[in-house]
Amino acid sequence: MNLAEIQQRMYAAVVQPLAPGEHMQPRTRDGKSMHDAASEFIKPNDRLSSFERLEIYNRQYWFRVLGALDEDFSGLRAILGVRKFEVLCKAYLLDCPSESFTLRNLGARLESWLLDHPQWIRPRTGLALDMVRLEWAEIEAFDAAAEPAWDPQDALGADPDPQFRLQPYVQLLKLRYPVHDLLLAVRQEHSDGAMASNAISARKRARVRKAARQKPQSVFLAVHRMDYSVYFKRLDAEAFAFLNSLRDGNSLSAAVITAFTGRDVPESKILGTVQSWFESWSTLGWFCRPQSVDAKSISS
Amino acid sequence: MPANRFNGFSDFGIGIGLRVPHYQHILSEKPVVDWFEIISENYMVDGGRPLHVLDQILEQYRVVQHGVSMYFGSPEAPDREHLKRLKALVKRTKTPWLTDHLCWGSVDGRYTHDLLPMPYTFEAARVTAQKIREVRDFLEVPIAVENVSSYAEFHVSEMNEWEFLTEVVESADCGILLDVNNIYVSSRNHTFNPHDYVASIPAERVAQIHIAGHSKFEKYILDTHDHPVIDPVWKLYAHAIELAGPTATLLEWDDSIPSFEDVHNEALKANQFTAEMRVAS
Repeated sequence: MNLAEIQQRMYAAVVQPLAPGEHMQPRTRDGKSMHDAASEFIKPNDRLSSFERLEIYNRQYWFRVLGALDEDFSGLRAILGVRKFEVLCKAYLLDCPSESFTLRNLGARLESWLLDHPQWIRPRTGLALDMVRLEWAEIEAFDAAAEPAWDPQDALGADPDPQFRLQPYVQLLKLRYPVHDLLLAVRQEHSDGAMASNAISARKRARVRKAARQKPQSVFLAVHRMDYSVYFKRLDAEAFAFLNSLRDGNSLSAAVITAFTGRDVPESKILGTVQSWFESWSTLGWFCRPQSVDAKSISS
Repeated sequence: MPANRFNGFSDFGIGIGLRVPHYQHILSEKPVVDWFEIISENYMVDGGRPLHVLDQILEQYRVVQHGVSMYFGSPEAPDREHLKRLKALVKRTKTPWLTDHLCWGSVDGRYTHDLLPMPYTFEAARVTAQKIREVRDFLEVPIAVENVSSYAEFHVSEMNEWEFLTEVVESADCGILLDVNNIYVSSRNHTFNPHDYVASIPAERVAQIHIAGHSKFEKYILDTHDHPVIDPVWKLYAHAIELAGPTATLLEWDDSIPSFEDVHNEALKANQFTAEMRVAS
């Protein structure tokens, strides 16, 4: 048996889901006895059979990857409940095993996978999908790049209609449920109760039920970073459209048109609204310094 | 021989792993520590807190990078994105040498995120050494490979673990990160004398030493990095430095992490063995 064959066989066994009681499955995926399969390439010793030695790695794999998803998607877990969440994670990992050198990216395909497999999140499909989008956006916002921030004092050059670029870490989400409130509440309860008491679990379930009962609405959210911590900021529809337009690379005037066309905002108020947005968002550091300004400061 | 070409001719003392629960203490108290080892993958990101903290650490301390996912023993070519990010981090930290494990963990681009044991064959040694050379040529930094703890052995093995380690490092002309806790764990799981292991490897290639604690189960020992170092592992450490000289040493503590002082004090116990060795010589 050569190196590639050993690794293929061991990989197949290691990523096969555990049987009840956290044991290795008695059969391989193609129906062969796992005891026989393990014996073919792994030596037993005086304490452990080939099967038991392979089982150590099988357990470690599942404990590690399920632990990583559990840490990254605590909001989804609260919505589904621990058991249903674990079953979902196992199904997801079978379809979407890690293709990245880092566990950080393990949940990258969860939203798209759930869109194709909504049976795992029914009946709270919309709520669960929104939560997954929020939790993934949080991961991205945490360690995405930050470019030098634009300062209102920076000269904008001669361009009468400049392009403002958003910081890469600013994530814009259009949601149907205020899942950010639910996520914060779930985390608060978790940190309040170091021990997982029945009362806390019951409170968490009640919060989820309450959130799920809400009528779907449009929730516009920026997931952003300040002083290296991630925050949520609710936006109104116009602001969300404006920021999305800038993110798409449009000029300031094009973004204004996108934001206000068809909206019930008097023209006289548009300038003041945009000015106040800029004041607030530039304080938060959401805009990157225009490249022309960077070049100027480097040359000086 | 503490300084050699496998650790960039550096002369590092006793370090500990940089871990999130200790960030605040280190940044505010600025304790005296010889050096920190970082898990490379935790900092191969584009921005945010991980890099912010790392930059502050780099202002005060020497840092060595330790990876967990290069998988030198997986036959597929290294992932280009992975290599590019790793090289960017190498430039940032100016790590004098870089370590990862003598193991495999991925097949056809799918990752287990585990350190899986190698079959000790000449084919596996050749494939592994070739990959180490490729990675070193790309990163332009000395590489040392770490022996892993293992729980399984393969029928096809043509040599024992220390012979395999020697075959790989000599073929790749790279260094060894000698983990004496891993040697102890494997020696119990596979029934061999751990001192034979230490005595048999090419001591002149030891770039760094790892020490750690582990967990004992009924039928095997698991490398959990969640306990102090036990006496038999310290004895192995003493044996290793007797042969390799007082080498850069690092304590790993990754789970149930105690206070910074507790971890650092545990690591500093290594000094007594270095002192005893100096007195003896």
